[in-house]
Amino acid sequence: MDSLAIELRGIDKSFGAVHANKDINLQVRRGTIHGIIGENGAGKSTLMSILYGFYQADAGDIFIGGDKIVIRDPNVAIEAGIGMVHQHFMLVENFSVLENVMLGAEENAILNKGITRARAELKRLEEEYSLDVNPDAIIEELPVGLQQRVEILKALYRGADILILDEPTGVLTPAEADHLFRILEQLRQQGKTIIFITHKLREIMAITDEVSVMRRGEMVATRKTSETSVEELAELMVGRRVLLRVEKGEAEPKDVQLSVENLTVKDSRGVTMVDNVSLNVRAGEIVGIAGVAGNGQSELLETITGIRRAVSGKVMLCNEPIDVTGEADPADLRKRKMAHVPEDRHHMGLVLAFEENENAILGYHYDPEYLNGPMLNLGSIRRHAQETAEQYDIRPPDVRLKTANFSGGNQQKIVLAREMERDPTVLVIGQPTRGVDVGAIEFIHKRIIEMRDAGKAVLLVSVELDEIRSLSDRILVMFAGRVVGERSPDASESELGLLMAGVEEPMEAAE
Amino acid sequence: MSAPFGKLPGWVEYGLIPLINLVFAFLVAGLVVLLVGESPLRAASLLIQGAFGYGEGIGFTLYYATNFIFTGLAVAVAFHCGLFNIGGEGQAYIGGLGVALACLAFDGIFPWYLTFVVAIAGSAFFGAAWAFIPGYLQAKRGSHIVITTIMFNFIASSVMVFMLVDVLKPIGSMAPQTRTFTEGGELPKLDWLMSIFGLDIGGAPFNVSFLLALVCCVLVWLLIWRTKFGYEMRTMGHSPTAARYAGMKEARIIIITMIISGALAGMMALNPIMGDQQRMQLDFVTGAGFVGIAVALMGRSHPAGIIPAAILFGVLYQGGAEISFEMPEISRDMITIIQGLVILFAGALEHMFRPAITAFFSSMQGVGRQTRAAGAGE
Repeated sequence: MDSLAIELRGIDKSFGAVHANKDINLQVRRGTIHGIIGENGAGKSTLMSILYGFYQADAGDIFIGGDKIVIRDPNVAIEAGIGMVHQHFMLVENFSVLENVMLGAEENAILNKGITRARAELKRLEEEYSLDVNPDAIIEELPVGLQQRVEILKALYRGADILILDEPTGVLTPAEADHLFRILEQLRQQGKTIIFITHKLREIMAITDEVSVMRRGEMVATRKTSETSVEELAELMVGRRVLLRVEKGEAEPKDVQLSVENLTVKDSRGVTMVDNVSLNVRAGEIVGIAGVAGNGQSELLETITGIRRAVSGKVMLCNEPIDVTGEADPADLRKRKMAHVPEDRHHMGLVLAFEENENAILGYHYDPEYLNGPMLNLGSIRRHAQETAEQYDIRPPDVRLKTANFSGGNQQKIVLAREMERDPTVLVIGQPTRGVDVGAIEFIHKRIIEMRDAGKAVLLVSVELDEIRSLSDRILVMFAGRVVGERSPDASESELGLLMAGVEEPMEAAE
Repeated sequence: MSAPFGKLPGWVEYGLIPLINLVFAFLVAGLVVLLVGESPLRAASLLIQGAFGYGEGIGFTLYYATNFIFTGLAVAVAFHCGLFNIGGEGQAYIGGLGVALACLAFDGIFPWYLTFVVAIAGSAFFGAAWAFIPGYLQAKRGSHIVITTIMFNFIASSVMVFMLVDVLKPIGSMAPQTRTFTEGGELPKLDWLMSIFGLDIGGAPFNVSFLLALVCCVLVWLLIWRTKFGYEMRTMGHSPTAARYAGMKEARIIIITMIISGALAGMMALNPIMGDQQRMQLDFVTGAGFVGIAVALMGRSHPAGIIPAAILFGVLYQGGAEISFEMPEISRDMITIIQGLVILFAGALEHMFRPAITAFFSSMQGVGRQTRAAGAGE
C-alpha cells in the first residue's frame, strides 16, 4: 500500500577477504523514519556508503521510488534525492553556513547571483523545517548540534527527499539529541524519508517507525518499532552465535596489580571520552571490558598504558602510581612490567614496512640484549625473533620478511609474542582477534588464558562479546565513557547487550 | 615514501623504473633542444663527452657529484624520520662559515689534514646548528619543518651576505669573499686516484672531500639500518603512532635527526671552499641543496642509490656546461630546464609509469603461474 522510497535487493560487497555486506535486502517506506541498528562492523556504514555511491556493490540492485538506478558516485545519489549526514561532518570549518550550504551547488563561477538565491532558499528551508541557523555564522564557531543542522540543511538544499543519518547522536549532548529528534519528526511530517543508523537501542525505540537489524554483514530482521522490544532487538543485534568456548579453569585471583580510580579522559576537542572510571585487575584474573566501539575503551587503554593523558584520576601499577595526568611514559611502563597489545596493530602495534624481527623488538629495543652500545645487535635480534616465531607459531617463520606480507592473524601473533614473552605482571590487551582467522583466534585465546594461569593480571578490551564472555572472569560494560555495570561471564547475552546499548534501568530494577 | 607499492622485483624497482623515468626526461629534453633548432643527438653526445670523455671532465663530474652526495644524504636522513628538510641549501651555506673560520684561523699553522679535521667539525657544527632551530620548532612548537627550513634558506642567504660583506671580507678588497687560504687551507686533489685509471685530472677540482662523502655514505647507512637511533628514526618515519606506543621520545628524535641532516648538508661546504676556491665566496652552494632533494628521491634515500643519482646530476652539471659552451643556441638556462625535467620525471612524476609497470609485471607473473599450473596439470 505504502510506496517504497528505497529498495535494496541482494546487495553484496566484499573488501578483500572481508565480506562486509551479504545479500542485503531492505525496503524503506516513504515518509517514515527507518532505523538500522547493529554492532560496529556489522556493515551498516558500508551499506549506506553503497547507497550514497561511495562504493559500488559487487552484486545487487538499488531502486529509488520504484526505479532501478545505478549509483556510480554521490552526484547520482544527490540527483536521485538522497542526502547524507555523515558521522564526521563534511563541512569547511572556516566557511560560513551559507557558503557551506552552497558548496558544490554554486551554479556560476561568479557567486553573486547564487548567493542571493541561496540565501532566500536557505531562509525558506529554515522556516519550513524550523531549523534555525544564522546563515552568516562561521562553522567552527558553532556548537556541534548546530553544525549537524547545517549538514541537514545542506542535504535539503540539494533537494534531498531521503536523508541518511549515520550515527548522528554520537557527537551530541542529550539535549541536542532530543532537539535532533524533534527536527527529524518534523521532516517526516513534511514527507521526507529518513534512514537512521545507530547502535543505540534507546534512540531506535524513541523515534523510528521501522527498524532493520544487521549483524556481521547480514540483514537479520526488520520489525515495526511498535511491535518489537529493546530485549528482542538486543538479542537480534548480538545474535546467538556458536561460542568459541575456551578450556579454562577457575580463576585464582590474588593481589590487585592494576587499579584505576576515578579516571577521566578528554579528547583534543574537550569531549569526555572516559568518565570517572574505576576498576581493579588482580593477579591471575582476566577482566573484560565489553562495549560497542567508541564508548571510551580505546582511550581508557591508551591512558593506562601511558600513550594518552588523563584529565584526572589515579592509576596504580603494582601499588606504584602511574603519572597518567603528566609524564607517564610507555617505555618506562614496559620496564615496570606492563605489556600492551594495542587495539590497532597496523598503526600502533607494528610498523608494517619493517622486517618481522624489527617489529619483534618494537618498544623493547632499548633492552641491552639487543644492543651493542649504540648499535643494534642484529644477530641477537634475529635469533630471538626466530625463537619466538617458532614458539608462537608465526607463519611463515621468516623473520626477514616484511611485516605487511604476513596475514592478519600472524601479524597479531607477532605483537602478542612480543608482549607476552617478557613475563609481564600486567597485560593490557585491546581487540586481540580483530581481523584474525579462526585458527589463530583459538591459539590467541589459549595464550591469554595461559597468561592468567601464570598469575598475570589481564585487562581485556574487545568489541566481540563472545570473546569477552569466553575469556573474562569478570565483565565490565562501558557505555558513553562510563562503566555502566559489572557482570559475571555467565550473564546472558541480551543482558550484556542491553548494558552495551546504554539501557541499564530495567535490568538494574530486575536485580 | 611509505606508500604501499605493489610488489615488484628488485631490479625493476631500483633499476628499470628510474631508467624509464630518466629516458623520458631525456626524450622530452631532446624535444626542447629540437625546438631551439639544434640536434638533440649532438647535444646528447656532447653531454656524455663532456662528462665522461676525458680526465678533466670526469674530475668535474665527480666534483659536482661530491656536493650532491652530501646534500642528498642530508635530505635522505630526514626522509627516514618522515621529515622533509628543504633547508639543505641554507644549512650548506651556513656550514661554509665553519669551513671558512677553521681555514682562516689555522691555514697558516696546521698542515691541510689538521685544518680539514677542524673544518669538518666546523662545517658540521654550523650546518647542524642551522638545522637545529627548525627541528626544535617542529618538535616543540609544531611549526612545519618544510616552511621553517625554506624560511631559513632565506635567512641564511642574508646572514652570509652580511658575514661576507661586513665581517669576513679583507679590508680594502672589493669582492664579497674571504681572503684566499694558504696551503694549510687547501685540500689535495685526487689526481693520484684518477691516474690509477690512466686519466689526467687537468684543472678539475676533484678533491679528498669526495672520499669524505663516501665515508659519510657508509656512516649514514650504518646510522639508519644498524643503530638504535636509526631504528627509532625509521619507526617515527613510518608510523608516529607506533613510535609513541613504543615509548620513543618524538621531540628528541626529530631534533637529533635534523642535527644530523644539517651536519651532512653543512659538510657540503668543504668541497667548494677548501677543495676548489680556497676561499668562501657569495652563493658558493649554487643550488646543490635543492638538487640534494632530487638526488635523495631518485636514490630512494639509500646511500647506494644516492651515489649514482649524485653522479647523474654531476653529469648534467658538467656535461651541461660543455653543451652550452659548444652549442651557443643552448644557453645555461636550457641546461637548467633539462635538469628540471630529470627532477620532474624522477621525483615528482615518479609514479607516472609505476601503475603500468606494476600491472605489466603482475600480469606476467599471473601468466607465468597459469602456464606453470597448466604444465603441472598435464
